[in-house]
Amino acid sequence: MTLALRQPSVIPGFGITLGFTLFYLGLILLIPIGAFLLYTAQMSWADFWQAVSHRQVVASYKLSFGASLIAALLNLVFGAIVAWVLVRYRFFGKRVIDALVDLPFAMPTAVAGIALVTLYASTGWVGQYLEILGLRVAYTQLGVVVALTYIGLPFVVRTVQPVLEDLDRELEEASAILGANRLTTLRRVILPALLPALLTGFALAFARALGEYGSVIFIAGNLPFRTEITPLLIVAKAEQYDYPGAAAIGTVMLLAAFVLLLLINALQWWTARYTRR
Amino acid sequence: MPRSRFSRLALSGVTALALGLSGGALAQQAVTLLNVSYDPTREFYREYNNAFAAHWEAETGQRVTVRMSHGGSGSQARSVIDGLDADVVTLALAYDVDALHDRAQLIPEDWQTRLPQNSSPYTSTIVLLVRAGNPKNIRDWDDLVRKDVQVITPNPKTSGGARWNYLAAWGYALEKYGDEAKAYEFVRDIYANVPVLDPAARGATNTFVQRRIGDVFIAWENEAFLSVEQLGRGQYEIVVPSVSILAEPPVTVVDRNVDRKGTREPAQAYLEFLYGETAQRLAGKHYYRPSNPGILAEFSDRFPEVKLHTVDDWFGGWRNAQETHFNDGGVFDRILAEIH
Amino acid sequence: MSTLASPIPPLSSEAPAWQRATEEPAWIRRLLIGIALTFLGLFLVLPLAVVLYGAFEQGLQVWYAAITEPDALAAIRLTLLVVAIVVPLNLVFGVMAAWAIAKFEFRGKSVLITLIDLPFAISPVVVGLIFVILLGSQGWLGPWLAEHDLRIIFAVPGIIIVIAFGTMPFVARELIPLMQQQGKEEEESSLTLGANGWQTFWRVTLPNIKWGVIYGVILCNARAMGEFGAVAIVSGRIRGETNTMPLHIEVLYNEYLFTAAFAVSSLLAGLAIVTIAVKSLVEWRDERQRHPAAA
Repeated sequence: MTLALRQPSVIPGFGITLGFTLFYLGLILLIPIGAFLLYTAQMSWADFWQAVSHRQVVASYKLSFGASLIAALLNLVFGAIVAWVLVRYRFFGKRVIDALVDLPFAMPTAVAGIALVTLYASTGWVGQYLEILGLRVAYTQLGVVVALTYIGLPFVVRTVQPVLEDLDRELEEASAILGANRLTTLRRVILPALLPALLTGFALAFARALGEYGSVIFIAGNLPFRTEITPLLIVAKAEQYDYPGAAAIGTVMLLAAFVLLLLINALQWWTARYTRR
Repeated sequence: MPRSRFSRLALSGVTALALGLSGGALAQQAVTLLNVSYDPTREFYREYNNAFAAHWEAETGQRVTVRMSHGGSGSQARSVIDGLDADVVTLALAYDVDALHDRAQLIPEDWQTRLPQNSSPYTSTIVLLVRAGNPKNIRDWDDLVRKDVQVITPNPKTSGGARWNYLAAWGYALEKYGDEAKAYEFVRDIYANVPVLDPAARGATNTFVQRRIGDVFIAWENEAFLSVEQLGRGQYEIVVPSVSILAEPPVTVVDRNVDRKGTREPAQAYLEFLYGETAQRLAGKHYYRPSNPGILAEFSDRFPEVKLHTVDDWFGGWRNAQETHFNDGGVFDRILAEIH
Repeated sequence: MSTLASPIPPLSSEAPAWQRATEEPAWIRRLLIGIALTFLGLFLVLPLAVVLYGAFEQGLQVWYAAITEPDALAAIRLTLLVVAIVVPLNLVFGVMAAWAIAKFEFRGKSVLITLIDLPFAISPVVVGLIFVILLGSQGWLGPWLAEHDLRIIFAVPGIIIVIAFGTMPFVARELIPLMQQQGKEEEESSLTLGANGWQTFWRVTLPNIKWGVIYGVILCNARAMGEFGAVAIVSGRIRGETNTMPLHIEVLYNEYLFTAAFAVSSLLAGLAIVTIAVKSLVEWRDERQRHPAAA
């Protein structure tokens, strides 16, 4: 396999496929983003710094990053369990559940926000019981986490599921025959194989959560310094015709997303090497 | 489908222009206008557009279709600045219309003097909406600073409507204490009682009505009526404060767009007809205060008399108010920083 | 945990010990299924139930009236038009990109993959802002576009562009790992046996990646229909013209027409569920045809 990769290729189509890929990427993605970065670059450093380091903006970073991290971790744990259950077990309604997992992709984020706040507000189906437990979800930071968990839910499930389906059962059998118990097999055989997919799913869910706007504004209280997410601040700046300010904060978010994705790819590459050894 | 409508539109624009050049014999040619407005005007303009179309066809023989766009006032103004092809704008506050001049020179600076009453054919004011029976006994602005009262109002940074709320409270305090520092403390104490700060006015209504958060909702009078009538009869009461602000939602033709499209004539007529008796009655029906005193009197049981001040006499115009209070680093930012 | 495990006698099952060791005890299975269902119930089923309840609360007739109202129909048509353009574009892009990345070695590949992922991670709000700054009449290309009377932003083309941007990775993301994993031996044998590149793609590659393609298209389609934040910024919200379904839903909600808002939402949710159900069905039948004995 590794040998074949190094052989000169007989497969045609390199020029056209890569050419089209770069053309399309350039037109839809790179030129617009480049123009956007140039636009930000026209600001003086002092203006830029002032826009992105204002106390209210920093508070929003903390919320956006913190809530996204928690949401992505929740999705990591529960997403892995869901994927496992969907691949390995048989139970009633499995197909329906499997189909439903993609719903957060399809549901317009505004609808998701409205539905979630209807559920989790203190008058809602779930919220009224949480209230008894002393948990307030709607209009708190917890509400932000709930919305972000919802919109990131498919990522971990859908990245782990195919890998788990392809996972060779014989490896687990071999491990068992060699005397490992189920927990050891899970830890030493299954988890390492799933690790790249888990990491990818986690990071995608995290990145997606960082930028989410539509669903969060309905369930967060949007109070500055407390429940105000960064994308909302970008919108607020734009609505006040402060495009440079909006672009500056947008650039910070863009760079964060890019770094995050580079990190995922590096991690994947690293785990691929690590697990192959 | 929208494609074909677009080409039809473009075609009608071109032909209208051609006919306009050939000397105004455009009687039979249909024309389309785009009215970019803010959220609460939907019901009103739906009826008004039909009335105007009938009037215009009777008058000139020309058929007119009015397309509508609704959204938050500020974001609607931003869209027009960025190229949304509005023939007329009918927004929530003069500052958003000023922006059309300041940011993109779409209209002349003196736009507000072109039509009567500061270009506001209908007005409203800011009132307090409370839950049925007024359990927290809220009578006036003073009750909003009480520690046991939760207030719902949207964020004035993003919502044009909410700026009127803020200014009304400020103006009241200024009247009462005659002191800017006291007014600051008063408004600060109100915002300290706000548990949810929605980005837009409609969101705030939903928070108060659907989620049942808060004891009092600062609202435009027409919005308050709508909540009482549409969202739950008998569940809410309107409390009219002793002093409030005259909310003037202004209208204007967008000169640059109508001149390019050759639609100035019908667009102009569209706005002027707003001051006619038919439109004034429609405005009253949809809970806006008609600017025509005679017709306002017809609705006197609906609109109680309040001592109303304008932004001009309390704050020296919208540009001033905006700069002092709502711009980055302004008074509202100071309030936020202090209470959080 | 041990007290919970004890009711299951370790050797009661008739299966050989090594086989049981690749499965979890029944209580763990039940526990995991329980956790998964609770989680999905709270985060997927209940929100969906809220939407459906809201949509049908006042009966089928009200629901039907809400989705056949002219503005709703216009929004549905616009959404379908956008999807009909965006999905094929991103499908072609996804297949091309996956081919280039999976079948060839070149420098900068990992950067390219990162770039393809980027739209997943960019805030929709920023996407909208990017195109307003670039194409708006105050933007860089705005004056030129206006001079040539080209309407992109606040018209259908602008909506198509931002949605194409946001949904670009879905097909590519699905295919790249799949094709990388499959390697290129099969294509190489086909080519050595005399087939040309095109034939090889249709007869060898495509059957192998069929499910990835279908699944990618379904996701891309779902996301394209549901995109909200970016469209909200570039649409202009002209009723019956530039309101997509998600925008129309927001407008209805803001007009306190909750039942209508949920009715249109139910349509989107329904479309998503139907496409996914069709996919499951096709997958299941295909599997049965291939392994009739196993089923």
